[in-house]
Amino acid sequence: MGYPNPVSPQETPVLSQYFGNQETISLDGWRKVGGYAALQKALGMTPAEIVDVVKASGLRGRGGAGFPTGVKWSFMKPGDGRPHYLCCNADESEPGTFKDREIMRWTPHALVEGCAIGSYAIGAETCYIYIRGEFTEPLLRVRQAIKEAYDAGILGANAMGTGKRIDIIVHKGAGAYICGEETALMNSIEGRRGNPRIKPPFPAVSGLFAQPTTINNVETLAAVPHIINRGADWYKSMCLSNPKSTGSKLFSVCGNIARPGNYEVVLGFSFKEFLYDLCGGPPKGRSFKAVIPGGISVPIQTMEEAEATKMDYEGFIEQGSMLGSGGVIVFDDQQSMVKQIARAARFFAHESCAQCTQCREGTAWTTRILERIRDGEGTAEDLDTLLLIADNMTGKTICVLSDSCATPVVSGIKKFRSEFEALIKKTTFHPVTAAVA
Amino acid sequence: MTAAIPRNGHDGGHEHGAPYQPVFVGARRQELDELFTKYPTKMACLLPALWIVQDERGWVSEEAMAEVADVLELTPAYVKGVVTFYTMYNQHPVGKYLIQVCTTSPCNVCGAENVVGAFLQQTGCGELGVTSADGKYTVIEVECLGACGFATPVMINEGFVESVTPEKVPQILAGLD
Repeated sequence: MGYPNPVSPQETPVLSQYFGNQETISLDGWRKVGGYAALQKALGMTPAEIVDVVKASGLRGRGGAGFPTGVKWSFMKPGDGRPHYLCCNADESEPGTFKDREIMRWTPHALVEGCAIGSYAIGAETCYIYIRGEFTEPLLRVRQAIKEAYDAGILGANAMGTGKRIDIIVHKGAGAYICGEETALMNSIEGRRGNPRIKPPFPAVSGLFAQPTTINNVETLAAVPHIINRGADWYKSMCLSNPKSTGSKLFSVCGNIARPGNYEVVLGFSFKEFLYDLCGGPPKGRSFKAVIPGGISVPIQTMEEAEATKMDYEGFIEQGSMLGSGGVIVFDDQQSMVKQIARAARFFAHESCAQCTQCREGTAWTTRILERIRDGEGTAEDLDTLLLIADNMTGKTICVLSDSCATPVVSGIKKFRSEFEALIKKTTFHPVTAAVA
Repeated sequence: MTAAIPRNGHDGGHEHGAPYQPVFVGARRQELDELFTKYPTKMACLLPALWIVQDERGWVSEEAMAEVADVLELTPAYVKGVVTFYTMYNQHPVGKYLIQVCTTSPCNVCGAENVVGAFLQQTGCGELGVTSADGKYTVIEVECLGACGFATPVMINEGFVESVTPEKVPQILAGLD
């Protein structure tokens, strides 16, 4: 539902149906609404059967990349004598995104159940849930849920009396956006600086502690119990546009909008209806100017693009952006896009792990140039310089943080160029010619 | 033995030439030993061990880093490298209340800069990262707290206050006392 707003009839609350409900936080409450029936059912299936159901459902990673979950799970080869790990990425820190936080606050057992099923399906003896350090309340709730699940025999050496071992451990982050990148997350669990690793090797071959590892987002894992309970066909039937995008998805909405919050819709939903009907349109007396639809790392959309978008993995790409994490940031006519893009760049400069030169230098210089344009001190060359730097930052580094910083800059200059030009002084100061003169 | 350790204090236990009091004794040592059962390497216990230090002392001093290095069989330089990578480990003492205001884009468009201004002025801190003269407050800006729909979220120690506006700041500060 549109937590904290009342549920709209246009929504399809699956993951969010208990948001705001105090009852379902506890194990007893979760069991009353059918909790852990899916785990019970899954433990009666073979791991390969579970992987097949998840594959058939069409579920794709909800963290940003959209990789098919069942396919990812099939890369794991249980029984090869090595330890296997499942990591749950709960380091939600993509600006604009706050859906995993609500899943963990209101339905921590949904995540525990998803992690347990995932662990069993990929043959992982241990699951680490990496929760960002700032999420103090979700940390408490998930830790409490895990404790309840151990005490009830759901987790541990004899999970649900089946003789199978499932261990889940919470790892608390310590403030680093980059640890949401899967290989940085693994380094962080290992007690290292959160620097991303070069791929290959991919995590399924050599991941956490150099062992086969799968990493899934909170929302992805929380969807799994529903798929096990109600079947792949039910999940696949939730589709409004492209058959490659199935199921319901949480979208977090923030910025200049009448009703910010989380909304759950079936993939393929009209973005126009979403913004104007579900979220109530722009604040009173304002109009929308631009949208970043999938967390701050994805390209900015103009309103024409946004209003023509079907909300699924393919639909956002068709309209010049990406679904990403589903974090919708809305800007109204009062906002300076130059100021906002400069602020986005500052975020990336702050969060760069600094191991790649293009990113360390690129994010810092991009920020400085954008801020001087914002302050009315830009030069005519600045836009070309920014685009040149952006080109150097794209596709040339270990991870995509660098690309993510370049994205709003390139799309911003392309789509809102006049705002930049209006701020740049008409006469350009050339230090070299000035010195000669 | 644990009685010698200042609890939830922010003095580090070794200021003014006083000898350093180790963190990992008694119950805290047990916590560490329990951590060893959760990870296949001692190094992997580094982040949780640093959290124990910060919980106990309010910040992570160089001496504490050396102690962590010792119990985890790492070098102090390695530990410092990790501590300085992450933003949440305080590398110097902070006020009794550490106030972290989110100012990333979604909060920025909702007026987070004014919330920062109100905190700086009303706590008497004046400047970001500076602790007020009475030792009560430190105000810092923080990148995305992951509560963008509740702009502007503010973290005060372990607590989270949502939808903060400059008008609500006096009431929030009064509630801390």
